[in-house]
Amino acid sequence: METLADLATGFSVALTPTNLLFALVGTLLGTAIGVLPGLGPALTIALLLPITYKVDATGAFILFAGIYYGAMYGGSTTSILLNTPGESATIITSLEGNKMAKRGRAGAALATSAIGSFVAGTIGTIGITFVAPLVVELALNFGPAEYFSLMILAFVTVSAVLGNSATRGLASLFFGIWLGLIGIDLQTGQARFTFGLLELLDGINVIVVAVGLFAVGETLWLASRHAHGKDELLPMSGSLWMTREEWKRSWKPWLRGTGLGFSIGALPAGGAEIPTFLSYYIEKKLSTKPEEFGKGAIEGVAGPEAANNASAAGVLVPMLTLGLPTSATAAIMLSAFQSYGINPGPLLFETQATLVWGLIASLYIANVMLLVMNLPMVAVWVKILAIPKPWLYAGIMVFATIGTYGISQSVIDLALLYAVGIAGYFMRRFDFPTAPVIIGMILGPLAEQELRRALTISQGDMTVFLTRPLSASLLALAALALFGPVLWKLANRRG
Amino acid sequence: MNFKLTADAWVGVAVLVFAGIVYYEAAQIPASPLYARVGPAVFPFFISGAMALLGAALLVQGLRGGWSHEDPELTLLPDWRAVFWIALGLAVNLAAIADLGFTLASALMFACVSRCFGSKRPVADFGVGFALAAFAYLGFSVGLGINIGEGILEKLVF
Repeated sequence: METLADLATGFSVALTPTNLLFALVGTLLGTAIGVLPGLGPALTIALLLPITYKVDATGAFILFAGIYYGAMYGGSTTSILLNTPGESATIITSLEGNKMAKRGRAGAALATSAIGSFVAGTIGTIGITFVAPLVVELALNFGPAEYFSLMILAFVTVSAVLGNSATRGLASLFFGIWLGLIGIDLQTGQARFTFGLLELLDGINVIVVAVGLFAVGETLWLASRHAHGKDELLPMSGSLWMTREEWKRSWKPWLRGTGLGFSIGALPAGGAEIPTFLSYYIEKKLSTKPEEFGKGAIEGVAGPEAANNASAAGVLVPMLTLGLPTSATAAIMLSAFQSYGINPGPLLFETQATLVWGLIASLYIANVMLLVMNLPMVAVWVKILAIPKPWLYAGIMVFATIGTYGISQSVIDLALLYAVGIAGYFMRRFDFPTAPVIIGMILGPLAEQELRRALTISQGDMTVFLTRPLSASLLALAALALFGPVLWKLANRRG
Repeated sequence: MNFKLTADAWVGVAVLVFAGIVYYEAAQIPASPLYARVGPAVFPFFISGAMALLGAALLVQGLRGGWSHEDPELTLLPDWRAVFWIALGLAVNLAAIADLGFTLASALMFACVSRCFGSKRPVADFGVGFALAAFAYLGFSVGLGINIGEGILEKLVF
């Protein structure tokens, strides 16, 4: 009951005109950004981080949450009509959705993905409402040793388990941690990796890295592929009203996808890829018309789309309750919290109750706004895709300048932005994932801090991580996730 | 086993070099005068060690044929003409922004990047870029009171 009272307080915060406006702007902006190929919520929120100097925390997070949810809705429109998924999590949507659009059923594909996103987003938000307080209860017993081990587990899962290669994922992660260490070490006052540059004493701004990787690096990559590219924008076709049969084939995948997405997203492992892939295979197995898969089966849009949105909601659980970001977007939101001097974690629900519950309430509101905005107005959003490609990417480069140089007036920041962009280009070329860089950069210094705290409490006894049962089990899980697949392969080879 | 010096093998070498630089820089971090259980160089040394292992693993993978061929899109030859134009655009922005100011530098970059993505109308591109940049500059300076990069033009006009 206490939760419901908290949620009611949250709605009283979220329903004030200013905050409703923030939610509306966030969802509009998020959808627009999601529709544009190559732009994701992580980049958008990074570009908007400077507003944390001007706007109060509640307003800023309601805006960010709107962008976060909105980008999910917008991204599916692009996957269906353009077949260039903006994010890896929407690859599956484009698989069947684009085929449906080719067969003249774009309307139904867009409808099932929008309604599915609404169902998943709403159930996912209900999930946050009731699961988060439980995790908080658990997390209040965590000491620094547990936090450190939890971060190790998250490091392993986001870099080694998700993605194509554990080696390349871990290399990305360590690169990110290294970026995070640049500057003055807060505990000892020593400068690290500053290469004699005074500008680096304060560390590298996460905006520079996120915009460098996601905007500059991505644009450089697309430019180098320019001669080979040919995207075909399919027209809106077919009615948005789903037939009775399409409803019947959609609602179960929505619910199954939601269950998968939220539960996997809420784990400290995170990631939207695994639940969307799982959902696709489950729906293929359970479908009454498996022969349609690969040719535009509506279940193959409904399930993964729901899984994608539900996992986006799930990721907010470890982010808010443990301060543990498991996606690039969540990592950037965490740095927004830091710039307000707020540390997400179990105490957040005590010390910043209005902020947290206002944010959760605004997620319900954002979902309703997004459903209303996306279904009838889909034709408007499709127009965004008509912006000529040269101007789109040139514009992205201008916004990248505003987000970095415009805020700091430092040419060094601009040079760093382009250096990170070039690194991002090579990461793309050699198939290194970029999200672990951002997560490592934000979480690396926090892990160092927890390690120090844990060893100070234990008076330098390294075994503290193994003698505390919870910490030991988290480390065991991390070891299993890291070495399990290799051992499994070896065992199979022998057998 | 046949070893081939693929592009992927060079990535392994690059990661190894990076590990070396991190090691060298970590060794430069002075021992802290303040007491700390975990000194400021512990994490850096750990990163360099991990990077060395990963670099070696990537080098071995690269010598055994690499991984890039798994995704055909990765190994397509870059479109050098396009790369030239975008590189020029970024370089111009970097060189000009402090003196010319945000608006002009952005408009020049906008024209170059548009050219990179196949636009054939440099004057129109420059115009659109100028309008966008001026709008953003005014939006920030009038709306939010933030100066996002004053230069010659901004001093004269705004």
